Amino acid sequence: MPTISLSPSVLFAIGPLQVTTTLLLQIVIIAAIAALFICVVRHWQAVPGKLQWAVESLVLAAYDQVDKITNDKARTAKLFPLAFTLFIFILVSNLVTVIPGLGALSWHAPTGDISLFRAALADYSMILVMTLIVVIGCQVVFISVNGPLKYVKKWLNFSSPLAFVLGLMDVISEFAKVLSLSFRLYGNVFAGEVLVGVMTALVPYFVPFPFFVLSTFSGVIQAYVFALLATIFLNQSLDKVE
Amino acid sequence: MEIAAMKALAAGLCMGLGALGPALGEGYIGGQALKAIGRNPEVADKVSGLVFVLMAVCESTGIYSLVVALILLFA
Repeated sequence: MPTISLSPSVLFAIGPLQVTTTLLLQIVIIAAIAALFICVVRHWQAVPGKLQWAVESLVLAAYDQVDKITNDKARTAKLFPLAFTLFIFILVSNLVTVIPGLGALSWHAPTGDISLFRAALADYSMILVMTLIVVIGCQVVFISVNGPLKYVKKWLNFSSPLAFVLGLMDVISEFAKVLSLSFRLYGNVFAGEVLVGVMTALVPYFVPFPFFVLSTFSGVIQAYVFALLATIFLNQSLDKVE
Repeated sequence: MEIAAMKALAAGLCMGLGALGPALGEGYIGGQALKAIGRNPEVADKVSGLVFVLMAVCESTGIYSLVVALILLFA
């Protein structure tokens, strides 16, 4: 049985910053995505080549999806960059694990050999940061649209006892948002890793394959769901409250 | 009872009971989707796209219990 640990292994530390195996892969992924998009935009052509066509159709399809939720061109232009960034990062992070031999590269650390790359999102801290960006972003957007007075009124409503209790429930639901959004993604990625690992340990050939396909598929779906929910939450907080 | 045994028991219970809800929910979603497609076959493309997303959302309670079970076992 392979060892299963919730936290990624630390490669080395630069001062207080610990460089973990997941952080390494995240940096590689972010650099790769940035390089791809910069490359496409630099060589922009009126008649698109294959790569430009692929990127263009992906971006346009995503833009349509966001537009369907917001039903408003101005809002779509505001929300699209964040939603698409989240989507493409989660999607690529989940698909990168398909590359064969990625887990076989190891680092000779003083404590023993550790696998150099680990599924980028099998690390709760990165997912928590993405979730906090969305949820804190919702609060900031609400304040900037409705003003701080309305924001306080949303949580503390003294007009009736029922409204007061409902306001307190909303506070809890806001914290629950952080947990549900982050645990959904983390659980899926981590469960996929563990499931494939356990199956490989039990029966090394053929049997793990359907589980591997399933975890890859659910990774793609989760990327879509995370971006979708982020867009819906932000879209809600853009609404004016009377 | 030893703590390790309690932990293993808790993780098993957590996973078993936690899997119930999502299983029922996903079955319901699938059944309703098939009903909708059976009644009106033209919407099949639209419905099947939504089914995956709704199942992923529905699955999340099961995933929470999985995370709790994993934390119980390995953390």
